[in-house]
Amino acid sequence: MSVLKRTVFAFTLAGAVVALVLPATAEEQVPPPRLKWSFAGPLGRYDQGQLQRGFKVYKEVCAVCHSMSMLSFRNLAEPGGPGFSEAQAAAVASDAKIQDLDDKGAPTERPGRLADYFPSPFPNELAAAAVHGVAPPDMSTLAKARTYQRGFPWFVFDVFTQYQEQGPDYIAALLKGYEKAPQGFQLPPNGHYNRYFPGHNIAMPPPLQDGQVTYDDGAPQTLDQYSQDVSAFLMWAAEPHLVQRKRIGLQVMIFLIVLAGLLYFTKKKVWHNA
Amino acid sequence: MSGHSTYQPQNKFLQWFEKRLPLGGLIHSSFVVYPVPRNLNYLWTFGGILAFMLGVQIITGIVLAMHYTPHVDLAFKSVEGIMRDVNFGWLLRYLHANGASMFFLAVYIHMFRGIYYGSYKEPREVLWILGVIIYLLMMATGFMGYVLVWGQMSFWAATVITNLFSAIPGVGDAIVTWLWGGFAVGNPTLNRFYSLHYLLPFVIAGVVVLHIWALHVAGQNNPTGIEPKSDKDTVRFTPEATVKDAFFLAVFCIVYAWFVFYIPNFLGHADNYIPANPAVTPAEIVPEWYYLPFYAILRSIPDKLMGVIALFASIVVLAFIPWLDTSRVRSARYRPLFKQFFWLWVIACIALGWLGSKQPEGIYVIMSRIFTVYYFAFFLIVMPLLGIFEKTKPLPNSISESVLGAKA
Repeated sequence: MSVLKRTVFAFTLAGAVVALVLPATAEEQVPPPRLKWSFAGPLGRYDQGQLQRGFKVYKEVCAVCHSMSMLSFRNLAEPGGPGFSEAQAAAVASDAKIQDLDDKGAPTERPGRLADYFPSPFPNELAAAAVHGVAPPDMSTLAKARTYQRGFPWFVFDVFTQYQEQGPDYIAALLKGYEKAPQGFQLPPNGHYNRYFPGHNIAMPPPLQDGQVTYDDGAPQTLDQYSQDVSAFLMWAAEPHLVQRKRIGLQVMIFLIVLAGLLYFTKKKVWHNA
Repeated sequence: MSGHSTYQPQNKFLQWFEKRLPLGGLIHSSFVVYPVPRNLNYLWTFGGILAFMLGVQIITGIVLAMHYTPHVDLAFKSVEGIMRDVNFGWLLRYLHANGASMFFLAVYIHMFRGIYYGSYKEPREVLWILGVIIYLLMMATGFMGYVLVWGQMSFWAATVITNLFSAIPGVGDAIVTWLWGGFAVGNPTLNRFYSLHYLLPFVIAGVVVLHIWALHVAGQNNPTGIEPKSDKDTVRFTPEATVKDAFFLAVFCIVYAWFVFYIPNFLGHADNYIPANPAVTPAEIVPEWYYLPFYAILRSIPDKLMGVIALFASIVVLAFIPWLDTSRVRSARYRPLFKQFFWLWVIACIALGWLGSKQPEGIYVIMSRIFTVYYFAFFLIVMPLLGIFEKTKPLPNSISESVLGAKA
């Protein structure tokens, strides 16, 4: 064996030993179970029914405390999203009360329009923190802002399997992850024990229970279903052009593979005479 | 070594123009009849790929700048506005963010190739040093671009990296305040980073012109490391080299598109989708993947000032390797020992990258130290000594002989 081979072997072995002996020193996060998502993979697209159900859960439960300030009502009717008609989105908007100024510059409240952003439940972060202890995070980009450590070698495989749904997997698991704190776990007052939250002590009380939100389409009204639906909705809220992206991606891929093939044969022909 | 220009335009206007400014002749001699060693492998296509990536970054960047607002209260929102409301804004932004990673991926392959085949040696020292300067400028540009998003990781990376300068004895704190334009990373910092992030790519483009100029004076190195001796050793730039470059660029773009369209956030950090908040420190602060080896070197040294010196030294040392390497043989193909030390060094770089993403504790620190020592030893001990002690393999008489010999 050459020096190189021996050294590579030694390093690989050392790496494997380290990986086995030291599983996640600093990150004490429990990996959430992987769920099936309609928007995963190269042909993935959002399930409109699921997004509509998720929106209902968001509107009736999450929106009481969480803002989603980067979305506007018109987004609900845009292609690739929950597929509401413009009239339905306008109806949702008109239910909301928007702070505005009247013609004379005096503060006033009016029904929402399609162009309005989702109003926030609190005027600012301090006000939210005053009520909840910690300000509930804005949900506009939440599904992309949450993840969990995949670790070596899994993160390498993810490049090829296109596993990009760590955010929704984590959020869905978190919503179902409330448990009684184990013996000896010091839970501060107003804290809640959650299996999947890093450090396990989460300020948010369990937000969802079976039967809490009424579905009109016959889907099961269970915590399981709610958490998955609302996670899918949050993924759409964070990445509203995912469907368009994957559709164009397929076209670009086919184009590039054909182009590369043609160039390869051109190159062979040119070099044949060289 | 530009090919002798035989450019004689037929068109009357072009003839008139050529007499006044021989631009056509320059392009013809540099990119058409320019002789290229015939034995170049696909690693030599990365120069062209890098030029392409610089173009992509500048074009997408200019359009992104039309929609971006460099203000602490609006930066994050304007980026999300690009993602949501600008037509194909998501595409521009993902092309730009992943384009930076692809740019660095290509530059690392380009640099590894240069070291493996001894492309930095006489008469290409200036060419190599210009490359090191481009790489330094790329690092500065990439870092400042990452800050512009103004997410949590942007803000905290800016804080950590600018704080490195506080290690300078005496004037450190004053320099950091000067860099920030205030007493913490804030709006003035964001504004100047935006200004510099827009400026530096054009500086890079300028140095790239010098880099290509120096290349066309010295001529390309090749896998044998011996200079072309006759016309049999070379092919024309166009069509042979251009079509080869074009093919591999298309292959590279497949990888690029895979990231942009299918896993656009794989190389980013989830925390950067949280708006910057000076009051909340993230659980871990890690730079973009392409800085991780240097981050590991920085953290492997317990003393802050020494760590910062090691960090800068690890890049500056590259500029000196034309003189640190004493061997008269260029290509690792004929240097059996150098080849092994080289691959060990590649392993050390990758290992340092992985360690840079880990918390600096326990075994990770020890491993970082071992690899850091080897990283420097490769340049400062192995390179000078091997040239004296290594018994190299016999070189072929010419490039065409090595090609035909391989075929036979």
